[in-house]
Amino acid sequence: MDNNSTGQQIPTGVAASTGLAIDQKQETGLWHFIKYTAHLLARDKAGTIGLIMFVIVVLSAILAPWISPHDPLKQNLRHAKKPPAWYEKGTMEYPLGTDNLGRDILSRIIYGSRVSLTVGFFGVLIASSLGIVIGLFSGYKGGKTDNIIMGGVNMILALPYLVFVVFIAAILGSSLLNVILIFGFTDIPIFVRITRGEVIKMRASGFVESAVSIGATGNRIIFSHLLPNLIGPIVTIATFEMSAMIFYEAGLGFLGLSVPPSVPSWGNMLAAGRKYLVIYPWIATFPGLAIVFTGLGMNLLGDWLRDVLDPRMRRVKK
Amino acid sequence: MQKYIFSRLVQSLCILFGVLFIVFFMMQVTGDPVSLLLSRHATPQEVEEMREELGYNRPILIQFTSFVSRAVVGDFGRSFRHKQPAMDLIIERLPATVELAVTALLISLILGIPLGLISGSNPGSFWDVISRGTGLLGQTIPNFWLALILILVFSVNLGWFPSFGRETWHFMGLTLPTRSVILPAFSLSLFTMGQLIRFTRSAVLEIRSEDYVRTAYSKGIPDRKVYIRHILRNASIPLISIVGVQFGYLLSGSIYIETIFSWPGLGNLLAESIGNRDFALVQAIAFFSSFVVVTLNLLTDIAYGLADPRIRYE
Repeated sequence: MDNNSTGQQIPTGVAASTGLAIDQKQETGLWHFIKYTAHLLARDKAGTIGLIMFVIVVLSAILAPWISPHDPLKQNLRHAKKPPAWYEKGTMEYPLGTDNLGRDILSRIIYGSRVSLTVGFFGVLIASSLGIVIGLFSGYKGGKTDNIIMGGVNMILALPYLVFVVFIAAILGSSLLNVILIFGFTDIPIFVRITRGEVIKMRASGFVESAVSIGATGNRIIFSHLLPNLIGPIVTIATFEMSAMIFYEAGLGFLGLSVPPSVPSWGNMLAAGRKYLVIYPWIATFPGLAIVFTGLGMNLLGDWLRDVLDPRMRRVKK
Repeated sequence: MQKYIFSRLVQSLCILFGVLFIVFFMMQVTGDPVSLLLSRHATPQEVEEMREELGYNRPILIQFTSFVSRAVVGDFGRSFRHKQPAMDLIIERLPATVELAVTALLISLILGIPLGLISGSNPGSFWDVISRGTGLLGQTIPNFWLALILILVFSVNLGWFPSFGRETWHFMGLTLPTRSVILPAFSLSLFTMGQLIRFTRSAVLEIRSEDYVRTAYSKGIPDRKVYIRHILRNASIPLISIVGVQFGYLLSGSIYIETIFSWPGLGNLLAESIGNRDFALVQAIAFFSSFVVVTLNLLTDIAYGLADPRIRYE
């Protein structure tokens, strides 16, 4: 990749805000796309902060065994209920203190990110892949098929979500797989609706019609014309939905309906810390902060993605 | 208009039938519902007796039909724990939940709309930053955690509010709320408040640049009047639907808050009945919450249709 040419193209593209710059971006490939995205990211402080926060959470989940100061499951009653390091009785050995059984809170928060991200990632993966397929089908077929599918989607979206998630979780029993499946399946309608909406919008615009008129097959239209244009809105929604799933997983954990209590997860930690709220407030405070940190990062990232991945928005903004 | 209301009514009834279907068949998914209801140590004879008593040995379609026909008149069977009809328990707990939801809605309206208005009319200002920050935090702070922190600060440290329970004040035959509702209602309201701020802000930003607003200004109408007559009035139409949806969310989404504050409402009853494996009651609450939410959506849509004639003809 010629460094000089990209260096010139990006600023003019952004400054001139013409469709030409976007076409050039597609021609010069993935590397250019990454550079271009990085360039846009650097212009948006909130987006940068969001991305950094999200990367911190992802890294702590991946590197958990190496960066945790202690074993998250190891109980040590002699060191139980130690306050965080900045309290008079705290020690640097347990920077955020210990819980009622003497387990290190920092290590448990680091390991807890694994549960949250696993649920969020696989939940969104299931919901988006099934949702896209159903949405494409519904939007592309139209007519009666579309009416029936959208009837079902609107029905599920009209239900009180929390009540049903709690209801289903209570019946299926608590395990990581069940939680992922519950969120994965209950979230399909969101992705169906967005995919269908985009497909209908695209069908009305000229390029699908042109493709049909030059004899493109249905598969070709779906894979080379519709899907690439869907990536923007889907990735944006996926970010917000993943953050919502992390939030709901913690809520289920708080009610004792998520992963078994022995697994370190933020919701489980909150539930355990609630009993000691008045005397040892740090046990419940830090896992909550971890949830807020993750949610904030993902929301900032999502807001930025929405602006960047939608070329129409990009032009309006600059 | 009548046609519009009728078609929305039919839709709502279809949704409620779907809810009955889900609520009934979810119980079958795990295999034998009796195994959920009885303890692990039940003898085979006890299991058989219970199946007989509840009609679980009949064909599934017959069971479903009888379930629906009883559910339509509000009969969801008896709670195993409380030995009372499930619906009676729900009606008993309803006032507390309504009190909490209405207070939370009022808090979010009183704070959310003015903040969104100020923020939308002065983008980039100090108040705009505050409003957008509140909106973002409303979306990211879990209400169950906020509730714990509020208890810690305002009940434990400052002692301003009770940390749990519902106290009411009886005056001239009316049951009135006391300060015990403030902390739970505030924790519950933050998300709705954030939605209202975001929505009002973007509506004001959009309407401000409309032609009729420019015309109003050019005619020399004072600022305050333009806001009340033109901007607020036009923003209020879509606001109806946001408020309707959010009220449904507040009524059905208070499980965590009611559990934390031991608030004697429906959410608390739901959490409790899940802990007790009291599934007749869980089914009843799931259906009742859906009924409330669907009815609210229907009313919202009708109000929306009345306020904005364009909607009716879609």
